[in-house]
Amino acid sequence: MAEPVQRNTNEQEQPVPVLQQILDNPFLLLFLGVVMPTVFYILWGVMEIVTIPMAN
Amino acid sequence: MSELFRTCPRSGLVFHKAAESLIKFNAVTAVVFLAVGGVLGLLVVMTRWPAVHLLSADLFYQVLTGHGIIMLLVWIIFFEMAVLYFCSSTLLRCRLATPRFAWLGYVLMLGGAAITGVAILQGGSSVMMTSYVPMPAAPHFYLGLILFAVGALIGCFVFLGTLVVAKNERTYEGSIPLVTFGALTACIIAIFTIASGAIILIPTFLWSVGYISNIDPLMYRVIWWAMGHSSQQINVAAHVSVWYAIAAIVFGARPMSERVSRGAFLLYILFLQLASAHHILVDPGVGTEWKIFNTSYAMYLAVLASMVHGLTVPGSIEVAQREKGYTNGMFEWLRKAPWGNPVFSGMFISLVGFGFLGGITGVVMGTEQINLIIHNTIYVPGHFHPTVVLGTTLAFMALCYFLVPVLFRRELFLPGLAKWQTYLFGGGTALMSLFMMGAGTLGVARRHWDMAFSGAPFSFEFGGAAYMMMGLTGIFGVISVIGGAAFVIVIVGTILLGKKIEDKSEYSTARPAVLPMAPPAPANTGTGFIAPGTFALAVVFLATFVVYYFLNWMYLSSVWPMK
Repeated sequence: MAEPVQRNTNEQEQPVPVLQQILDNPFLLLFLGVVMPTVFYILWGVMEIVTIPMAN
Repeated sequence: MSELFRTCPRSGLVFHKAAESLIKFNAVTAVVFLAVGGVLGLLVVMTRWPAVHLLSADLFYQVLTGHGIIMLLVWIIFFEMAVLYFCSSTLLRCRLATPRFAWLGYVLMLGGAAITGVAILQGGSSVMMTSYVPMPAAPHFYLGLILFAVGALIGCFVFLGTLVVAKNERTYEGSIPLVTFGALTACIIAIFTIASGAIILIPTFLWSVGYISNIDPLMYRVIWWAMGHSSQQINVAAHVSVWYAIAAIVFGARPMSERVSRGAFLLYILFLQLASAHHILVDPGVGTEWKIFNTSYAMYLAVLASMVHGLTVPGSIEVAQREKGYTNGMFEWLRKAPWGNPVFSGMFISLVGFGFLGGITGVVMGTEQINLIIHNTIYVPGHFHPTVVLGTTLAFMALCYFLVPVLFRRELFLPGLAKWQTYLFGGGTALMSLFMMGAGTLGVARRHWDMAFSGAPFSFEFGGAAYMMMGLTGIFGVISVIGGAAFVIVIVGTILLGKKIEDKSEYSTARPAVLPMAPPAPANTGTGFIAPGTFALAVVFLATFVVYYFLNWMYLSSVWPMK
């Protein structure tokens, strides 16, 4: 069984970059991954369809 | 209750007992459906082959509906459930969250697939996978799809729950491994896909039983494709994860840059689903801004991500091979790769086929102007077969050649056949797809029983080249199906007849060791490229991309001569 790699203490104490924090949060990624296509594909597309004028 | 784990002595993988059973059941069920879908595919290809023209029109559309739903949804999503449980529980060395819910999801998926299958067999639901309204299918056709989707959604949340378990119980150090991150990307896309399916399929089910009087066809198309195309984007994220996993398994390769690869997966999460809009490019009801944003600006960021993965996976293999001493010239690392190992050959053919055939043609189809020359022609399945069959299915087959012996503790059955299977299946599918694209460029329609239009009130005669392309599509389609059958024989044979491996690993309640953080990739201390062979291949890819892209603009200019 592989043992944990020994790491420098200073390296472990470095602050985690913001992008890494985003990538480490699955629920934030889920939110982004659902909101982006919902807004740009579904809602925008549906708004375009419902604003088509009715034929007389 | 104590959780039971075992460590596979050959692979070092840690299996949670409940997760292992679920991985086995989902993967085996997937392979059974692959076999059924393959038989239906053979019937489709033998009908579209003009010289054979096997089935009657009614039977053709019935079989085509079954082929589409089984291959594009059932086989792949069952296998993806196995991949999600593997990438969470096994790779993070933790217990699976709520196995009972995972079994409930499995039962719902199986029941849903069976109900939709019965509806198709009864003959009143030959509406193709897209089931565009107002073309009606039987109510249980939609009900089965809804149940299947609910089951898959449960599987996705079990995966997310397992990530939470692993984090809380500190079963890994640092961030989740890249392969698990890719599976998370697939899971997120799956949740959006299933939600979109619910938005449109539940009202359509209510319409089919008479509770709703009308479903607007354009609204249906826009929202249905948020499910229909995104379901194939789950595959892309899943098979890219499998590429990374196989590079690590076969070569011990580490990603060239974890940061860049994770960034590319983030681009998938943000932009990949938007590509659904290319199915609506010829619909007049939505505006140009919506079409261009979704299929160009946004989609190109997802394409960029695929190109990053297409560069970093072979690049990481090249770096690993060079570390082993294969440093002569630009391509010794590739020449000396284990081409007789179906785990590697399947993965590499999947990567090349997905990039050169599926990827380039996807961009062509996503360009509004040149989409017009191939829209709704057989070029479209010519694009998605290299994407879903060559890319996803072949990558999953390659993973099976590694995982099935590990899971079932048996030697691979007929290893000589397995060695050739990836080439047979990959070569057959690649050439079938190329000839489909050729026929589509000449205008041959997709999902059409008779390209001769026999008995139609208005006649149209395709030239000999189109017939030849469809004949070659038939020949290579049959070869592809033979390759698929070889895979099913090897896998089913391994499970039932494979020689038992001496594996004394027993389940125990001992907690597995914590998964250590991946060591960083070696820094490039030289002055040249760390992976020059991969860079050369990338240049060839980009040159092919540019030439083919502009070739299609040339075709477009010949459709409407400007004099």
